[in-house]
Amino acid sequence: MDRNFTINVDGRDHTIRVDPRMPLLYALRNELGKKGPKFGCGLAQCGACTVILDGVAIRSCVMPIAAVNGKVRTLDGLSEDGRPHPVQQAFIDEEAGQCEYCIGGWIMTATAFLEKNPNRSDEEIRAALAGLKCRCGTHMSILRAIRRAADEMAS
Amino acid sequence: MNQPTIARRDLLKGTAALVVAVTVPAISLLTTARAKTIHVARTLNPAQLDTWLAIAADGTITGYWGKMDMGQGVDTAIAQIIAEELDVDVDNVNIIAADSALCADQGGASGSSGVNRSGAAFRAAAAEARLVLVEKASAEFAVPMDKLEVADGVVRVTGDASRSVSYAELVADRMFDSPITWNGEYGNGLSLVTRAKPKDPKDYTVVGTSVRRKDIAGKILATTEFLHDVRVPGMLHGRVVRPSVAGATVASVDRTSISGIPNVQVIVENDFVGVVATKEWDAIQAAKKLEVKWDESDVGFPTTSDELFDWIRAATPGKSEIDEDIGDVDAAIAGSAKTITAEFEWPFQSHARMAGAASVADVRNGEAIVWTDSQKPYDTGKGAKKLLETPIGNRRRGGAKYTVRSIWKPGPGSYGRSDAGDGAMDAVLLSEAVGAPVRVQWMRHEGHAWDPKGPASVITCRAGLDDAGEVIGYHFHVKGFSRADMNSRENDPSEVLAGHLVGHASTPAWRMQTPAESYRFDNKRYSWDALRPLRKQASPLRTAHFRDPYGPEVHFASESFIDELAYASGKDPLAFRLARVTDERDAAVLEAAAELARWEPHTGPRKRRDANGTMIGQGIAYAQRNGSVNALVAEVEVNPESGRIWVRRMYVGADYGLIINPFTLDRTIEGNLLQATSRTLFEEVKFDRNMVTSDDWLSYPILEVADAPLEIKIKQINRPELGARGAGEPTTRIVPAAIANAFFDATGVRLYRVPFTPERVLAALQS
Repeated sequence: MDRNFTINVDGRDHTIRVDPRMPLLYALRNELGKKGPKFGCGLAQCGACTVILDGVAIRSCVMPIAAVNGKVRTLDGLSEDGRPHPVQQAFIDEEAGQCEYCIGGWIMTATAFLEKNPNRSDEEIRAALAGLKCRCGTHMSILRAIRRAADEMAS
Repeated sequence: MNQPTIARRDLLKGTAALVVAVTVPAISLLTTARAKTIHVARTLNPAQLDTWLAIAADGTITGYWGKMDMGQGVDTAIAQIIAEELDVDVDNVNIIAADSALCADQGGASGSSGVNRSGAAFRAAAAEARLVLVEKASAEFAVPMDKLEVADGVVRVTGDASRSVSYAELVADRMFDSPITWNGEYGNGLSLVTRAKPKDPKDYTVVGTSVRRKDIAGKILATTEFLHDVRVPGMLHGRVVRPSVAGATVASVDRTSISGIPNVQVIVENDFVGVVATKEWDAIQAAKKLEVKWDESDVGFPTTSDELFDWIRAATPGKSEIDEDIGDVDAAIAGSAKTITAEFEWPFQSHARMAGAASVADVRNGEAIVWTDSQKPYDTGKGAKKLLETPIGNRRRGGAKYTVRSIWKPGPGSYGRSDAGDGAMDAVLLSEAVGAPVRVQWMRHEGHAWDPKGPASVITCRAGLDDAGEVIGYHFHVKGFSRADMNSRENDPSEVLAGHLVGHASTPAWRMQTPAESYRFDNKRYSWDALRPLRKQASPLRTAHFRDPYGPEVHFASESFIDELAYASGKDPLAFRLARVTDERDAAVLEAAAELARWEPHTGPRKRRDANGTMIGQGIAYAQRNGSVNALVAEVEVNPESGRIWVRRMYVGADYGLIINPFTLDRTIEGNLLQATSRTLFEEVKFDRNMVTSDDWLSYPILEVADAPLEIKIKQINRPELGARGAGEPTTRIVPAAIANAFFDATGVRLYRVPFTPERVLAALQS
């Protein structure tokens, strides 16, 4: 049975009426009109739906709306005052990705990881990105972008 | 959505004058997508310049492009070509891609032809437009054309600064109303002939430079509307219900099984079963819970993925052909001092796009609009029209006529005939049935299990060497499934899954491939046997074009075997190739890759080890493709404990003719390399007698970031005199053999079966 939920997304409260078991992803896309989080698998296997919940990168495609308790950040809300987040800017500068369908997952995962501590080795960066999928095979440009973002954020 | 609300009637005809504001923050105007685009109402006619280019009052140039970019910056390359010929700032050139109401059909994304074919057409169109504009200026100033000069979209009288006029003033939202000669052929082959002489490549200032991809900022900032973000008024959500066994047909559907879910409609037509709901989540639940009784009297496959290659060896071919036959191979091999034979196996592979097929279709009152991310959106429209109009089964479709518009929108990367066209037809059928716009999104299991597959094959190579170790005869033979059970374009109901399910018979075609190289052998034969599909109708194993169709498969075998021949004749693999290639472009890319890799000649596997006992090797491979040529040296490490292969470094020599954009080209090559590495090391469609069983990312793993190389180095060889020859696929085909050859250098053992999983590597090392 549908119930009312209030979720805080990209700095704003939204009240929606949905099935409590419905994953957060569908609320973000269909109720709130967000474009950044993408449906890829619905199984937490690819990461295209990744958002940041209270500082932690999570897979919104398997998080029931009833379990969401905290502040959600999406790719749509990552830039501030029209200024891209340093991770976004690095992805633009490096032309990371190709089709860009998966790119939000990489950006959100890297953002959560680097905002905790931007001083990261290449090995730590690779480890933090485990599980994310990119079918176009653009991992090299993604790694260059995250290295650039880490250096920028650390300086 | 950024677009103003447009009446459906206007949208269908595409004649509304739209002003599209691209909402990209100013800070990120690294992107070249600037503010405004005017779509001028006009009739699409390739023989009219207005069909190709428009100049708005603010000076913005719009190119109406009948192809689309799949993330490799091809739209940006087209903008560069237009800017070059017109002498305008590339930032002022916008590209509208593959909308059947706005852009003439140039074939969609196909065969790495985006730059080489459609780029040539736009080069002609832009050169023609420049000539027309200078002619107008000449008339206006009453000055001969050779006394006029053009810079940044302004025509000036030479030596008279007071007399100048901009392109915008010369045309300013009016039409060029000027004819241009075309060859009368829609699709990839569409070409234009200009009266004006296009620029000499030596004068290029925009082409050949690293202009940044126009699309990227909007996608990184989540402002771009993907196909998946398309929402239209009254839109409902659909899902298709798939049987758990391939070939099962519908016996009965219990609609009461989902009576607890609100606002759901069940659509059954022959063996097509779908649900449509107001809310997407409800559609997903309904598709899961709907109880369908399936008739399983004629289902499944005659073999399994475990027994597949023996089945292929034993199968009777549907068609056999010889592509190339020089000298007398059989006599040469029979009379040779030494014979070498090898067999190579390649499994079915899945496009496995980041998301399964999606589409929005709005079919009402004889009109249909289809939003799709298909690579062949013009064919999506044609296929939808035929699906709606052709009588089949017990439904009265006959007589109805449809006006169809197909609109391409970006989606998850597509690498050939993916599931996109299938999803579009699902949406068309569901929308038609409910009389409202319907959005379809395939679930993960559909994207993996039901998408068209790259074909499986067994390839046999045999060669004879004389007493001196010279190769005197070489026979390459591929036996496998056609690359075209499904056409590469969904232009007919017989070419899509939904069409099969409503009763249209599948029409498989015979298409195979043999290697593309310039090796000289006195006796040489390239031949093939094509097999009938394992299931003909609505098959989860129907084969179709998957990036570089049959390229990685046949060159895995041929370039592995060339390595074997090199060693067998006591030669270094690079030196052996250089001695045999007959095209100097081929030699140049081999030498470029070898130089980057610091290739050291060797005549046998070196079996090098690092301090940890990790096995290290280098391997080389090369191939041509439709006028392009490239070579790769792969450096691998092999862990003898785990069986893991890691491709640490890759060195590429690449010659794709004229280079349009070096920065983006590097990234296109990188994508080819990593996707092909993934296919070589990890990817195999598993199936049992009933169904494809690899239906998610756990059962169909692909390359992850841990497997990305440490380094890729690329030497681009620019050949302006050849024109652009296509870079979207050629690197894919040289990856598998380069890795296999590197593995052999590291271990002294050959790998003959893709993918090179740790289990197979350990088994090979122990044998």
